[in-house]
Amino acid sequence: MSIGHALLGLLETGPRHGYDLKRVYDERFGQDRPLAYGQVYSTLSRLLRNGLVEESGFEVGGGPERKRYAITDAGVTDVSAWLITPENPQMYLQSALYTKVVLALMSGRDAEEVLDAQRAAHLRSMRELTSRKQGGDLADQLICDHALFHLEADLRWLELTAARLADLARQVTG
Amino acid sequence: MSATALDGDQPTTSDTLLSAMDLRKSFGHTTALDRAGITVARGEIVAIMGPSGSGKSTLLHCLAGLVTPDSGTVLFEGQDLADLSDRARSALRRGEFGFIFQFGQLVPELSCVENVALPLRLAGTRRRVAEARAREWLARLEVEQIADKRPGDVSGGQGQRVAVARALVTAPKVVFADEPTGALDSFSGEQVMRLLVDTAKQTGASLVLVTHEARVAAYSDREVVVRDGRTRQRAEVS
Ligand SMILES: Nc1ncnc2c1ncn2[C@@H]1O[C@H](COP(=O)(O)OP(=O)(O)O)[C@@H](O)[C@H]1O
Ligand SMILES: [Mg+2]
Repeated sequence: MSIGHALLGLLETGPRHGYDLKRVYDERFGQDRPLAYGQVYSTLSRLLRNGLVEESGFEVGGGPERKRYAITDAGVTDVSAWLITPENPQMYLQSALYTKVVLALMSGRDAEEVLDAQRAAHLRSMRELTSRKQGGDLADQLICDHALFHLEADLRWLELTAARLADLARQVTG
Repeated sequence: MSATALDGDQPTTSDTLLSAMDLRKSFGHTTALDRAGITVARGEIVAIMGPSGSGKSTLLHCLAGLVTPDSGTVLFEGQDLADLSDRARSALRRGEFGFIFQFGQLVPELSCVENVALPLRLAGTRRRVAEARAREWLARLEVEQIADKRPGDVSGGQGQRVAVARALVTAPKVVFADEPTGALDSFSGEQVMRLLVDTAKQTGASLVLVTHEARVAAYSDREVVVRDGRTRQRAEVS
């Protein structure tokens, strides 16, 4: 996730101070990972260097946190391009789970136990997300749903693998 | 971190409402259940998960006294279902159990409110009283506006909410739901689950929820996994 672009996008709604940007970012997008102040200021100075934002007024007696930043035309162009550029679909071909299952089978352990333990852990996380979603607003719901669908995909893989364990065992030990 | 072998089927409280031990059930040459067991505490929501054909529905039917196992025991409030007469078992199902299936459970000739009132009518409640209660339940499930429509004229999600209302209108001690969102899209399915779980919790009813979908099972307090007719005993790392 490009923090720079997210901050630019927030600045498109109007000039803001660094601390203000952090607050809005955390509120909207920082669910489990709020921004560090240092990160906000280093990102802003990079955007400034690249001409994507400009300083737009100080407050008297101000250190860096008193500066206000505004997006430039070049910044707006940059956000527009970023928004319509699709994210890379992530292909998790290096799966720790697959590795564990194969190693369990190769060593003659009960691979089903590996799958069961993982299913239980996934479901625990899904329960937490589900109850968080129920207490939350629409933003919480959408963020939690995104995580829930991804965990569900893992679980479907676990079920499929559980159904094919005997075949897989023959392949990896044969 | 210590690894302890735990029974995967431990209720979250010790107040057991329903339990089954060592259930076996075959249909001809097909073994549907092979030493399956489960425990459900009062007010608890338990998901029965597992792949298609693993025996989830058969387990649910045995728990609800709809199917008699070949061997094994089902206890409801300490009472062995096998010791009850057919008549007493039906009375138990009507009085203490609620049922929700994937679809097709509403009587097409009756309006939605009549469908919800039906279990009360069968128990001898007068029509006006029964329908007033049914309307309250439809409102709780946020579908009061379709009360006078026939099931054929409402959406799948609305129909399932009517089914939830019908299952809960008699204040059952346990609701059995078999893939209640199986025929719905994700969004309607979520709404049905939220309402089902909320109302079950509010009324203190236990819920036994068969599903192969993890997002649905995530509404439960605890899951029991069935594979090849057997409930998995999980080794848990604590
Ligand atoms: N009434 C029945 N007659 C014959 N076979 C049945 C009957 N009910 C279930 N089965 C078989 O028993 C097995 C378990 O079925 P079921 O409990 O419906 O599984 P699930 O609900 O997990 O999909 C399956 O092989 C199924 O075909
Ligand atoms: Mg089934």
